[in-house]
Amino acid sequence: MAEQAFQKGLSCIVMHDQDNVATLLKDCKKDEVITYIRDGKAFRLTFIQDIPFGHKVSITVIRQNEEVIKYGEVIGAATIEIPTGTHVHVHNIEGIRGRGDIGRGGGKEFANH
Amino acid sequence: MQTIRGYRRENGKIGIRNHLLILPTVICANQVCSRVQQQVHGSVAIPHQHGCSQVGADKERTHKVLVGMGKNPNVGAVLIVSLGCEVINAAKVKEEIESTGKPVIWIDIQNEGGSIKTIQRGVEEAKKLMKELEKTPMEDVSVSELIVGVKCGGSDFTSGLCSNPALGKAADMLLNEGGTIVMGETTEIIGAEHLVMAKAVSSKVREKLYLCVQQFENEVERMGVDMRGGNPSPGNIDGGLSSIEEKSLGCISKAGSAPLQDVVDFAEEIPGKGYYFMDSPGNDIECVSGMAAAGVHLVCFTTGRGTPTGNPIIPVIKITGNELTAKRMADNMDVDTSPVLHGIQTLDESGQNIYEMILNVANGQETKSEILGHQEFSISRIGISL
Repeated sequence: MAEQAFQKGLSCIVMHDQDNVATLLKDCKKDEVITYIRDGKAFRLTFIQDIPFGHKVSITVIRQNEEVIKYGEVIGAATIEIPTGTHVHVHNIEGIRGRGDIGRGGGKEFANH
Repeated sequence: MQTIRGYRRENGKIGIRNHLLILPTVICANQVCSRVQQQVHGSVAIPHQHGCSQVGADKERTHKVLVGMGKNPNVGAVLIVSLGCEVINAAKVKEEIESTGKPVIWIDIQNEGGSIKTIQRGVEEAKKLMKELEKTPMEDVSVSELIVGVKCGGSDFTSGLCSNPALGKAADMLLNEGGTIVMGETTEIIGAEHLVMAKAVSSKVREKLYLCVQQFENEVERMGVDMRGGNPSPGNIDGGLSSIEEKSLGCISKAGSAPLQDVVDFAEEIPGKGYYFMDSPGNDIECVSGMAAAGVHLVCFTTGRGTPTGNPIIPVIKITGNELTAKRMADNMDVDTSPVLHGIQTLDESGQNIYEMILNVANGQETKSEILGHQEFSISRIGISL
């Protein structure tokens, strides 16, 4: 896992160059524009909704069933298409592991929350 | 060579605390143990819910945890209290703890003739043991003798970003000095096991780790449930963690970067030096109790949400990466790694703070959990009650 250097004044952090989500270091509001660093380069991102401190935001479009990547590793899959600047959490992604419910026709129950 | 002041035990092991442990072999002896403990200043008791109506591997696990607590080198003497008709064999518990050379006394409620008589005899015996303990000399010992557990609980997004990686730096510092690190929580390597396996010293160790995870996941399959909601917990989810994979990937950095020497069973004595994995539940109290029973001297415990967890015989150092938790739960938190998130401290500097705290606590400084008297203890069950 590549070690990410934290910098003063950043509002969010991308843990690995392959990630498609960033983690917020402060509460962010709809229409807010912030800068994140990926692969040493600065990018701008516009939020399409409010997202709380510590939660994740998509930094690219993530298609339905596409893998969600953080730390350069798979943390789950998108249950619906996730546009850039969207809150990424249990309402639009699902874990793939530890899912004894799937064999019994379960899954996606968090999507209704 | 870096040194700390420790208690050398008869079997050569070192302790960083010098506890008199009051140990019930069964739930029925809890009240007597608690009364004795209240009368003898400085003693600790480990009331628990088990010891009867158990068979097979489940009974063996309870036996192993109780014996392990007694054998832990932070314990200098043990008073065992049994009822007399339980499935846990008190004579065997005594014999196994005595193999360390420490004084052990066993009293039995049915033999003594009831609670009051047992409490009276227990207090007398405990006072004698306490007098003996006070004579234990301290000596300079190498930090390479330290066995430190690494654990996380009440995680949020900061755990993966700063407190666990900073703890990993401290783990590397201890391992460089020749010390030992133990990581547990089989549940919380799910989705990150390939990264832990890549550090294994042999294919045999890799296979053992894989089997632990597979066994656990099979159990989840058998129950037909989604782990989410249980782990990650509602608090983890509020804190921004969306799946067990995300939580696991944030968890594993706390063990540092050293090769994985071996995988041990729950509460099994750590067989050598370096980095070990213990097959254990993610449950905070069960995991820390299993580490104590495995002979761990102290636990470094990261928590973003904030948890007060302690243990009766081993100090638990609380480390947070959440600035709000560091302020709001200042009475529970020992180290704050949140300056890393703001870019005012590097992970190495934060790791150094944790490492210094480990040395201070090993030298006798009380953790917040010790000051507040947090002495949580529980034994994980793997079978049904009969």
